[in-house]
Amino acid sequence: MARQEQFDDIPGTYLFNRHRSQQGYHLNMFYFSLMKAANREAFLADERKYLDRFKLTPEQRTAVLARDWLGMIKLGGNIYYMSKLGATLGRSFQYMAGAMSGVSQEQYAEMMLKGGRAIEGNRSKTANQLKKGRK
Amino acid sequence: MARIVGGLATTHVPAIGVAIDQGKTETAYWKPLFDGYVRAQQWLAAKKPDVIVLVYNDHATAFSLEIIPTFAIGVADEFPPADEGWGPRPVPVVKGHPELAWHLCESLILDEFDITMINVMPVDHGFTVPLSITCGKGSACVTPAAWPCKVVPISVNVVQYPPPTGKRCFDLGRAIAKAVASYPEDLRVVVFGTGGMSHQLHGERAGLINQEWDLKFMDDLASNPERLKRIPFLEYVRETGAEGIEMVMWLIMRGALGEKAREVYRHYHVPASNTAAGLIILDPVPGAAKGKAKTRRVRASGAARRKRAPRRAATKRQSRR
Repeated sequence: MARQEQFDDIPGTYLFNRHRSQQGYHLNMFYFSLMKAANREAFLADERKYLDRFKLTPEQRTAVLARDWLGMIKLGGNIYYMSKLGATLGRSFQYMAGAMSGVSQEQYAEMMLKGGRAIEGNRSKTANQLKKGRK
Repeated sequence: MARIVGGLATTHVPAIGVAIDQGKTETAYWKPLFDGYVRAQQWLAAKKPDVIVLVYNDHATAFSLEIIPTFAIGVADEFPPADEGWGPRPVPVVKGHPELAWHLCESLILDEFDITMINVMPVDHGFTVPLSITCGKGSACVTPAAWPCKVVPISVNVVQYPPPTGKRCFDLGRAIAKAVASYPEDLRVVVFGTGGMSHQLHGERAGLINQEWDLKFMDDLASNPERLKRIPFLEYVRETGAEGIEMVMWLIMRGALGEKAREVYRHYHVPASNTAAGLIILDPVPGAAKGKAKTRRVRASGAARRKRAPRRAATKRQSRR
């Protein structure tokens, strides 16, 4: 069985494992609630008040209000749950992916049209550091 | 006796459903993808299935973190398209086949696969997109007024790590074949495995595509599933993107086809939004045919075709270092 550190060595990747699931339980249940139209309306009408219904940590709450997509992932958010917030705000998977990787949606879409993000250089943080050191 | 007459694996990207629902299938962006599915529509129609057993994963829609079943079978009369946050897709309600579904549950559990039985299960894009793209009409992929046959949903957890292993999925497929073969009614069954191919939707590495890995997976699906069964999760996550782990569901379909299968057709296209779109069609080879199954030349389109040569060159350069 692969060790956790081996997954953690993959750059820019946050495996939704038991730790993230525990950390993000309430955050993800908030996202999940947005699949009901009435809840979407209530959230959009008063975000802070709606968030009071869920036991979010202060960091999670701030990340939601700030639309810090990568921050939400780091705080235990799962992309499939988070996509419900995206949909509520009219944001596509491509928009969120661009935001998380630090480029505009247009730049991200352009990268995908050219064949996507290459696997070379994206397998291992350790290998990337070693390579950097050699240069 | 019921029997499995074919297997199909396809990507289930939500944006494909949006393109169909908004009539964008013939735009320059989408046309190459949809053109590649016309053959699948023709193949499926010719198979005249009574039931599709559709293996997919729920994307935090019917199941939340409250309950996470590893394998679940929908035993209801019907399954409504789910509201995933932008309203339900305008597609027909899916008619189930409760008799076959319950038979599958019973047979699989007695065969030591501990299935969760589900009566209430709205189905998300993971389920409706594969139906749309194979039952739609022509390259425009016009949604029919009703789905052509009944469908038994098999949902696999691939959202919460760990999903079931590739080997477990393959073995489940074999057990499904056994269960279908012991169903008394004379039904024609097609099995769908869905999800993949390479994609990562989250983090700084979002947008990862690994065409070489995808094509190797397709190459071995019919003739060398033994290799695919042993792929560890670390390899899936690293090589095919965190969300590419969905590929284990293709192995359920492959397992259901039996010892030998023949590749009928494949299509590979980059990009479908964030994802490498793959389609592969397999026919079972009754009575374990002799010799190697013939495979067709790779069809690739869009960035997939443009990218092949330079990628290969890049790999070579790297290995010389």
